[in-house]
Amino acid sequence: MDYRSSDGSTIDRHDQYDHGGPAPLLVARNLRKHFPVKGARGKAVRAVDGVSFTVAKGETLGIVGESGCGKSTLARLLLHLLVPDAGELIFGGEAVGAAGGIAVKTLRRQAQMVFQDSAASLNPRLPVRDSVAFGPFVQGSTKDEARAIARDILSRVGLDPDLFGPRYPHELSGGQKQRVNIARALAVKPRLLILDEPVSALDKSVEAQVLNLLRVLKRQLGLTLVFISHDLNVVRYVSRRVAVMYLGRIVEFGPVKAIFERPQHPYTQALLASRPSMDPARRIEMPPITGDPPNPIDPPAGCRFHPRCPFVEAICETADPALRVVEDGKAHFAACHLRDRALGRGRLADA
Amino acid sequence: MTDILTLREPVATFTEETPPASIVRGYWQSVFYRLRHDPITLGFGAIVALIVLAAVAAPLIAPFDPYAQSIIARLKPFGWRDHLLGTDELGRDMLSRLIYGGRVSLLMGVVPVVIAAMIGGILGVVGGFVGGRVNTAIMRTMDVFYAFPSVLLAVAIAGAMGGGIGNGMLTLTLVFVPPMCRVAETATTQIRALDFIEAARASGAGTLTIIRYHVLGNVLGPVLIYASSLVSVSILLASGLSFLGLGVRPPIPDWGLMLSTLRQSIYVVPLVCALPGVAIFITSICFNLVSDGLRAAMDVRM
Repeated sequence: MDYRSSDGSTIDRHDQYDHGGPAPLLVARNLRKHFPVKGARGKAVRAVDGVSFTVAKGETLGIVGESGCGKSTLARLLLHLLVPDAGELIFGGEAVGAAGGIAVKTLRRQAQMVFQDSAASLNPRLPVRDSVAFGPFVQGSTKDEARAIARDILSRVGLDPDLFGPRYPHELSGGQKQRVNIARALAVKPRLLILDEPVSALDKSVEAQVLNLLRVLKRQLGLTLVFISHDLNVVRYVSRRVAVMYLGRIVEFGPVKAIFERPQHPYTQALLASRPSMDPARRIEMPPITGDPPNPIDPPAGCRFHPRCPFVEAICETADPALRVVEDGKAHFAACHLRDRALGRGRLADA
Repeated sequence: MTDILTLREPVATFTEETPPASIVRGYWQSVFYRLRHDPITLGFGAIVALIVLAAVAAPLIAPFDPYAQSIIARLKPFGWRDHLLGTDELGRDMLSRLIYGGRVSLLMGVVPVVIAAMIGGILGVVGGFVGGRVNTAIMRTMDVFYAFPSVLLAVAIAGAMGGGIGNGMLTLTLVFVPPMCRVAETATTQIRALDFIEAARASGAGTLTIIRYHVLGNVLGPVLIYASSLVSVSILLASGLSFLGLGVRPPIPDWGLMLSTLRQSIYVVPLVCALPGVAIFITSICFNLVSDGLRAAMDVRM
């Protein structure tokens, strides 16, 4: 199935998420990871169930979704910290782990990750400069070279290497620890940085500092970022494009402005409506959706959102919607039958 | 909107959230710092040091030959003819025998624990880090040993292999490997689940490199604390084996053995007969208290 993209060229369906921008640095195709449930033969937690997207060079891709939707599993799949059950990962034009492609080790030199728990991601028995120097050392630098890299990168993240380098993690604040983590990830000079909830554990003022640091570093070092968060405001602030995840799937994908100003999927609309508002006139008394996400071991048939969807129709309970373009001339996709123009419902249920 | 969007312009400088700590101290430095300020541990540590020193320098400080017997000097009380702590049932000087006996007891107390800590530590770290079937195989094997009370197990092994210092140490080592292994495995499993191990993997490090740089340092503390507490157990067990005739053979001076042979004379010179027991008690309680102090100094939540 082909369609016209914004610049008028016909592109292959596989590359539908890459829209006329710069060359993709990372392409994920139908990534899948199921965790078998112990004691229940054949049952599995479908943490990530067929996720495809591209990350363009130099952009920031935001991934949002509520707890348990598979965000962190997806992050680990992107670095092959978890091996995907199915699907393809293409980094810099080459398949990862496949014959003729690049090795996982090469991927890990070029892509790095920052974890949510800033304390747990630093070895408590190592001075932070040694934690930062570990990556370059493992990648083949001598100890002296690795230390020099660590000094340089620590000062780049705003920590004086003489003052903070010899310290142990417990002697640093949460924000300082997260800066060390960013330094640790950057020490191997990656092109892609995956940030799994990097600011969720920080308080608001420190969060803003770390986010600004990331912006500056991204510009200085020419990084590409994949930013995973449950915090919509944070994602809006840092991202160029946003993917909304629900139960192991991407339900909406598009430019940050389109997603936040014209959300198309009922789930995205509910997510946005659930944000606390500072404006008393816009306060909502009722939750936009109720109930917990369904059990990912046994996801609902048809559209996975249908048990909680306020606009549910008969088709939603049987057919699984695919990601389709929902705005003319824009790379804005949603997986919702109610947005499927083939069914003649292009403008139904606008928020 | 007063949310994060209002901060769109980059903040020019990154202000630090906390003032820098005045003293930058490493983990081991802070452990020694806390130990230095713990008078109880220091005091009992000094007694342990004295006992060790006496055992090492036994030939220099023992007033008599510990093997020299005398038919007329049997079972004499404290202070009889220069025998400061009396004599035993064969007329041998008690003080000298106690000093020499410390050598055997300390050897039996420390060597099995050190060897068991190494063997159990390696098994536990490997099992804990690799996980899965390897871990199950190692830990279930250890559980088999766990099924027996340690004293019973020691007696059974020593009984099967015969007495002597070498066999005694081997026995005690076998008894201590399972608990050491379990401590190391627990510590490793806890460490393995933390993000910094995953971060190290993401840097491209292999399993051995991760174990060497990130796991061992974190497992060493718990293993060391547990091993120090086992030393006193080992001394007691060794004495028990000797008492039962399964450890050291006469005439080698050993506290447990001395207690065993002197107990028949308890109504003649009760104080002298109690001395080996007192030595065992003091040594083991000192090791225990030093171990507690170590635990307090090392087991800090960071």
